[in-house]
Amino acid sequence: MTTTPIRGLGHPVKRKEDPRFIRGKGTYVDDIKLPGMLFLDIVRSPYAHARIKRIDPSKALAMPGVVDVITGAELEKAGLAWMPTLMSDRQMVLPTDRVVYYAQEVAAVVATDRYTAADAVLAVEVEYEPLTPVLDPFKALEPGAPLVRPDREQKTNHIWHWEAGDKEKTDRIFQEAEVVVSQDLYIPRIHVCSIETCGCVVNYDRATDKLTIWMTSQAPHAHRTVFSLVSGIPEHKIRIISPDIGGGFGGKVPVYPGYVIATYAALKLGKPIKWIEDRSENLQADSFARDYHIHAELAATRDGRIRAMRVHTVADHGAFDAAANPSKFPAGLFSVCTGSYDMEAAHVAVDGVYTNKPPGGVAYRCSFRVTEAVHTIERMVDILADELGMDPAEIRFKNFIRPEQFPYKSPTGWEYDSGNYPATLQKALDAIGYQELRREQAERRARGELMGIGISTFTEIVGAGPSHTFDILGIKMFDSAEIRVHPTGSAIVRIGVQTQGQGHETTFAQIVAEELGLPVENIIVEHGDTDTAPYGLGTYASRSTPTAGAATAVAARKIREKARLIAAHLLEVSPDDLEWRDYAFRVKGAPDRFKTMQEIAFAAYTNFPQGLEGGLEAVCYYDPPNLTFPFGAYVCVVDIDRGTGQVKIREFLAVDDCGTIINPMIVEGQIHGGLTMGMAPALFEEIVYDENGTMLTGTFMDYLLPTAMETPHWKTDKTVTPSPHHPLGAKGVGESPTIGAPPAIVNAVVDALSHLGVRHIDIPITPAKLYQILVEKGVAE
Amino acid sequence: MERVPIQLTVNGQLYQAEVEPRMLLVHFIRDVLNLTGTHIGCDTTSCGACTVLWDGRPVKSCTVFAVQADGGEILTVEGLERDGQLHPVQEGFWEEHGLQCGFCTPGMMMTAVALLQENPDPSEEEIRKAIAGNLCRCTGYVNIVKAIQYAARKMRETAPAAAGIAGGE
Ligand code: FES
Ligand code: FES
Repeated sequence: MTTTPIRGLGHPVKRKEDPRFIRGKGTYVDDIKLPGMLFLDIVRSPYAHARIKRIDPSKALAMPGVVDVITGAELEKAGLAWMPTLMSDRQMVLPTDRVVYYAQEVAAVVATDRYTAADAVLAVEVEYEPLTPVLDPFKALEPGAPLVRPDREQKTNHIWHWEAGDKEKTDRIFQEAEVVVSQDLYIPRIHVCSIETCGCVVNYDRATDKLTIWMTSQAPHAHRTVFSLVSGIPEHKIRIISPDIGGGFGGKVPVYPGYVIATYAALKLGKPIKWIEDRSENLQADSFARDYHIHAELAATRDGRIRAMRVHTVADHGAFDAAANPSKFPAGLFSVCTGSYDMEAAHVAVDGVYTNKPPGGVAYRCSFRVTEAVHTIERMVDILADELGMDPAEIRFKNFIRPEQFPYKSPTGWEYDSGNYPATLQKALDAIGYQELRREQAERRARGELMGIGISTFTEIVGAGPSHTFDILGIKMFDSAEIRVHPTGSAIVRIGVQTQGQGHETTFAQIVAEELGLPVENIIVEHGDTDTAPYGLGTYASRSTPTAGAATAVAARKIREKARLIAAHLLEVSPDDLEWRDYAFRVKGAPDRFKTMQEIAFAAYTNFPQGLEGGLEAVCYYDPPNLTFPFGAYVCVVDIDRGTGQVKIREFLAVDDCGTIINPMIVEGQIHGGLTMGMAPALFEEIVYDENGTMLTGTFMDYLLPTAMETPHWKTDKTVTPSPHHPLGAKGVGESPTIGAPPAIVNAVVDALSHLGVRHIDIPITPAKLYQILVEKGVAE
Repeated sequence: MERVPIQLTVNGQLYQAEVEPRMLLVHFIRDVLNLTGTHIGCDTTSCGACTVLWDGRPVKSCTVFAVQADGGEILTVEGLERDGQLHPVQEGFWEEHGLQCGFCTPGMMMTAVALLQENPDPSEEEIRKAIAGNLCRCTGYVNIVKAIQYAARKMRETAPAAAGIAGGE
């Protein structure tokens, strides 16, 4: 046996990518510098809705160092003024006659350095005729509302209507229900704000006729296909490289106009072009998340059994439907909103609407609108408990899908793969001392103090997805892995997904280490270069482990099957006489006669049996049979300052179940990060516009990311319920905490105030908002 | 635009250059010296991705003009490792999984180095306060705190050897 430890599944292997990052030797897009490179900067609209009367670049062009000014009129001649979105809409690259949101791209300047480019942006003269903006999606639907998109055939701001579930049955249950509760919930517009903004470096090499784009992309392969389709450049002449990415969270899934303009400029000018947006541009114009106006109802029996759920949502998509969803799911996976609870029926309807706001509808570290779904059900369950005078834990136990009901068919059509909800909640309640906390709360209440306990028992839906249902622009959402074992027993793995901090270079090496019995340190993982990595749809929606992780395991197993034949040849036995045990092929009944993968690898190049091809490699394009359904039980304890309205998270315990764990250290890190990104919109973050559609939260001065001071010391624990259909039993984890945390926090705050008749507060629960409630309820200090 | 001669010691090495007076120190470090470990994450002095040590004190290099630092000593992330030995803070971030995408990491580590020079045994509260000007979107800070605690322990154990490691030669 090898002396170097394998350290496959379940080991807290230190990350293989870290040595370069801690030395400052990562390569992010803005670190790339090519000879003769020019800088592109963008002129943006000061109006949310206006006609463009004139663009005069002459002053800018006269400045030393300014090379070019590109406008929509020029792009139109090249057929590039518009580009398709992922949701069968189209989006302006640069406008030809009107702008439809604040900070929209209006023109681009190219100059010899970033400072000159920024100066030139100010020198481009644009004359606008302001038009009335439509900012409220409900008003946008009223007859006579100004049209956001007169370019469309349909003269309405309504984009689409989408439904799931059984309307008739749901309505019938509501009619006869003993108890009905209803609530409006607004889940505001927020922004992912990865600390690295978006950008690209584009180089067109005339000699080889090859276009290379280094791009902040979560999905380089899909982006290459889009670029090829839009530009007509053959796909093999385009190489997209996603180098080190400084956080993605969904914001680096879309194709932004800046990428397209920079590519156009590189082709036109024959010089490498760099475009890096600054933070304000990133916040003001890149794809937003959420912006769902939800009306939800639950029908229940008097003793607290949920019978049905009815939801109607108005989804504000801004000026273009540029959401990043699978094609058949304009509202993402929002219909998973029945959550962890068994009910007879549900009906969900969503209407997408245009407004004069930036386009988007991307995830914010979430799998296609699952956060909205989970927030809805987890709030509604608490509201029902309040209505019935039940404990929030008790009502959950009463309505959980029971372990023996899995695989569980949900009323909106999903098949949950596995779960054990009562065990996870019980573990959380025991660990945090729930009954004791309730006693403490009663005592504090008697003293006039405001303490709350919030529970969230969410089910996540990730790993899109099975090809029969999931595609993006027709491309099926499988994912891929390619493994090559070298003669001396080290290996290279190339995958179709793209890390932005999740640690793929480590976890995917661990999968191969486990499957092949090769030490993790002898395996390198590459991704993000479309010329070398196999085609895949990228990393978002927690899909890496469910799809490419499975592909990696299956590819490794293909290698193992070939290795069995070689081992049989070396041991002079029949392949059937061998079993794979303790990381080696052993002769059944004689386990000390064995061949390790390292020995087999050498033989694969030096001494393989007649009739077998040499080499040891395999490829897998994995089409998952189903999605995976991670879940968890979170408990949050808050104290509210009656003098300031400040919420203090005293304790937060997250018990997650993401199935089989590949690297517990990385899983825990993902949970810490996800919880923080869940707390952020619950307490701080919101994109706000004034009545003119001007964004008021366009910098980090007004859009508040949590610092270490506001972030509590998260506590985590786990249960393990493997996915029955994933080759490793793994489910994916990066986003569970982002969707599970907000309702736990809001439920805790509302719980602290429930005795005062407070039943719901929309997020973010800022001190100002909460203090106002304390004043109204007469408990402010 | 007129250019001004400046002279700076960065990671122990002397550099002379002529720069526009408006050039930010962070751009001087990244674009002129090609030390790209120092990052840029905002335009309002909020994120701390650009943090370097200037004469031993942490500053956000996006909010300093290169000409202001004339004659000064700058330490960037690239200068932390000495003779092939990682700085205890670098080691701590690796050991305790204190980074994910790595974008905030250089700035975060420079702030930590400065803290530990001043306070070799900080409490969790003191660490959180010290890094409050550095935003991390990935980690949720828990492991960053642990990483800095790891470094503090390590530096106390090897105190004589580690003394004066930060702040240039
Ligand atoms: S770049 Fe954000 S503080 Fe300097
Ligand atoms: S590790 Fe990504 S921002 Fe901190």
